Amino acid sequence: MNQDKVKTASLWQLFGVFAKIGAFTIGGGYAMIPLIQRELSSRGWISDEELPDIVALSQSAPGIMAVNISIFAGYRIRGLKGSLAATLGAVMPSFIIILAIAMVFSGFKDNPVVVSIFKGIRPVVIALIAVPMLNMAKKSCRTWWAWALAALSLLMVAFVGISPIYILLAVIIVSFSYTYIKMKKEAGR
Amino acid sequence: MITLLLQLMWTFFLIGLFTIGGGYAMLSLIQNEVVVSHGWLTESAFTDIVAISQMTPGPIGVNCATYVGYDVVSLASGSHLMGILGSAAATFALLLPSLLIMFLIVKFYSRFSHSTLFEGVMGWLRPTVVGLIGAAAVILVMKVSWGGTPLLTAPEVSLVEENIIDWKSWVLMAAAFAASYWGKLNPIFVIFAGGVLGLLLY
Repeated sequence: MNQDKVKTASLWQLFGVFAKIGAFTIGGGYAMIPLIQRELSSRGWISDEELPDIVALSQSAPGIMAVNISIFAGYRIRGLKGSLAATLGAVMPSFIIILAIAMVFSGFKDNPVVVSIFKGIRPVVIALIAVPMLNMAKKSCRTWWAWALAALSLLMVAFVGISPIYILLAVIIVSFSYTYIKMKKEAGR
Repeated sequence: MITLLLQLMWTFFLIGLFTIGGGYAMLSLIQNEVVVSHGWLTESAFTDIVAISQMTPGPIGVNCATYVGYDVVSLASGSHLMGILGSAAATFALLLPSLLIMFLIVKFYSRFSHSTLFEGVMGWLRPTVVGLIGAAAVILVMKVSWGGTPLLTAPEVSLVEENIIDWKSWVLMAAAFAASYWGKLNPIFVIFAGGVLGLLLY
């Protein structure tokens, strides 16, 4: 990546543009990719060739993808301060809107109209969690072994009551050791 | 109260650190820590928060953390101001691991992205995350409690009554699934329709 191609921006500009991106991302991080492309490449901040790399890295790194993209892009544009400005911008609309709703909603929770609306919404939300899960499964579970791993982690969390954090830690340790040993063996041949 | 804030920050720091695979994966972690482990919120309160986080602008994970932070602290203290502090603390703690890790990645970018080791680990992590998201959905439908040692004694399975009220809940769930999975309808629209039907049915 060559730094000289990147046009500079003021920290306020960065904050503003990422606030706009944050405000218009509804749902998941994928929805924001076209918006990011439009906002950042039209300003010459990030080239179109760089974007897939930024997205891939932001997806595989821990944390929220939208936030990771902001950190990464902000860093490429204005370094450490740039990434803080971009992140703050991306998070600010969420923070303000949710706080406003949370404060108002606590007063309406027992209103009979609100109660029956949410009786209808709750089963819908559960179904909507299952949809991205199946879409992800189709992409990342191509072998019986991957399906077994998915099923095992579901059972361990939902039925045995083990914290997802321990499951992830165990999988990271086992897969790291497995890949490392396999690499060593192949190198030794 | 300071203990609660610190607990909240530590919890959301861990959640940020272990979220792999986007906002929905984060929901399963938030749910496990906030509802199951700490008992700060009930299942139905959490489901409402998920619904609102999906409907409002911004990444789901950030919305959910902000909301949970506010609810947990304002419930415990009875004050809006403390609630705002709670949501700031939870959101900041959630972002901190991302900031630290992304800085490392930016530094070691080229060496990192195509390594066999990294791809090997990700090949295992992706299916695991699929299972974790599935677990989040299952936990919102039913509760499993073990009388004694898990797997050695018989479990007690019961429905989460606040989320699954009657047969109409199952119909709504199936319809929402069909509309979103096969019909590819926008989730915001599906949630909105659920709210309208709730108003008519209950």
